[in-house]
Amino acid sequence: MPDGLRAFRGGGRVSDTRDGAPEEAADAADPAADGGHDPAPSTHTVRLELVDEPGQLLAALQPIANNGGNLLSIYHERGNKTPRGRIPVEVDFEATTERFEGIVEALREEGITVMQAGTERYAEEITLVLFGHLIDTDLSDTLSRIEASASASVADVSLAAPQGTEEVSSARLRLEARSGETSEAIAAVREVAEEKELRVVAPLAGVEA
Amino acid sequence: MRLAVIGAGAVGRSVVELAGEHGHEVVAVADSSSAVVSDGTDGSGGAVGVDADAVVARKAERGIVGDDDPADALAADYDALVEATPTTLGDAEPGFSHVRTALERDRHVVLANKGPVAERYGDLRALAADSAGDVRFEATVGGAIPAVSTVEDIEPSHVTAVRGVLNGTANFILTRMAAEGLDYDHVLSEAQDLGVAEADPSFDVDGTDAALKCVILANVLSFGAADDPADAREFTLADASVEGIRDVPGSVLRLAAEDGRTVRLIGEATGETVRVAPRLVHENGTLAVSGTQNIVQIETTHAGRLNISGRGAGGPETASAVLGDVGRLG
Repeated sequence: MPDGLRAFRGGGRVSDTRDGAPEEAADAADPAADGGHDPAPSTHTVRLELVDEPGQLLAALQPIANNGGNLLSIYHERGNKTPRGRIPVEVDFEATTERFEGIVEALREEGITVMQAGTERYAEEITLVLFGHLIDTDLSDTLSRIEASASASVADVSLAAPQGTEEVSSARLRLEARSGETSEAIAAVREVAEEKELRVVAPLAGVEA
Repeated sequence: MRLAVIGAGAVGRSVVELAGEHGHEVVAVADSSSAVVSDGTDGSGGAVGVDADAVVARKAERGIVGDDDPADALAADYDALVEATPTTLGDAEPGFSHVRTALERDRHVVLANKGPVAERYGDLRALAADSAGDVRFEATVGGAIPAVSTVEDIEPSHVTAVRGVLNGTANFILTRMAAEGLDYDHVLSEAQDLGVAEADPSFDVDGTDAALKCVILANVLSFGAADDPADAREFTLADASVEGIRDVPGSVLRLAAEDGRTVRLIGEATGETVRVAPRLVHENGTLAVSGTQNIVQIETTHAGRLNISGRGAGGPETASAVLGDVGRLG
């Protein structure tokens, strides 16, 4: 199995949906808040790089919790390494904009590498199936190029190659797309697929089919 | 209304058989090599049509519908011509000439043949504009499903998209592949044994048939929403992006099922685009109709989403759509 595939399959999602802190709930109840400094908590995603040592994940989560972030999910891509040999971790949490800035600062103070920090980076989920000579055309590269499109992140891959790796195989991809960028994400997949003569079974965009 | 039925396949024969029940009279029937034309009277001034049973029996026994020439049927004294010859692409002949002959004689035309409406919609509209006759074609999209008339009722300018499952053969194959975990080739032979797929299934499994139906819908949307037909965009099969199901491996359906989804050959038409491709839909979703069923989903500006499902093919089913159109002719 190619490295890219094992990498994605090694990932696991840990969900922690604790109640928000009481003062945040009060903030959220104020609908008249100024949009520029909206005190209502929104969902944020940070992409971290951790050193492959025990205790690192906990060390990374503490600054988030201690600074008023409400953890939603942790995507720990165990087995996948960044070019610097570290482990990428994606953490979703709720926080007000002000607190979010404090959290990123606290993470950096702890010596944790913050690769990416943004608000609601991936708000929409897309499931699609690719088929064709997926393995011959380097599935790992296909996935990397979809990721590189910036509209989507590959959250999960399931491969079915019943006739062996040299025959036609299929892969179901779960993508997380930026809010409102579902069409762009699918277009990015189509572009890579077309070049590699793969077929895309796309969902009906915007239709609860 | 007095009908001339051109084409004596499953649809044409059913129109001949069912016309009487709908209060219409068939005065002429033609297939590609023969015709029967009623002399139009019973001797005391009352109109008399052709004998439907005799026509159907002759077609079954001798392969002809009567002893007259096909041209005589086109020249007969009818109010509406029912064009039910096989769909042809490109110039859409000979169907298009049959339509032209009728319109130039100021007679109505009801089409079951997709060719003229999918490939020469602009020419057809131009002929109709110069004629006292109307052109209707409900039977060309979704068999018994009233797709075109529903879009017309809502008004094309209030319809943003029409999508759906418009080919029963492809849908049967995908349904069986998912249910039995079988591959395409296996299910195709089963479908051929059952008479659901033709010996050459290309038209259905390559998406051409579904695409023609979507092209027709796109024309209805485009011309219907334009103030001046000259401004409307005309669609033909060449404007459609078409992917079929021939190469879809069983593993795609298995992966979809693991996630509560399945695959359907979905056609989509707007006034700007036509696309047919296998798509992922929720396993228990509205569009995941089973077997040879069809469904048409109409997206509207003010009336939400409408879904109409039913039989998309078959002689009596399609003939019902033809006779529904005849009933709408003024």
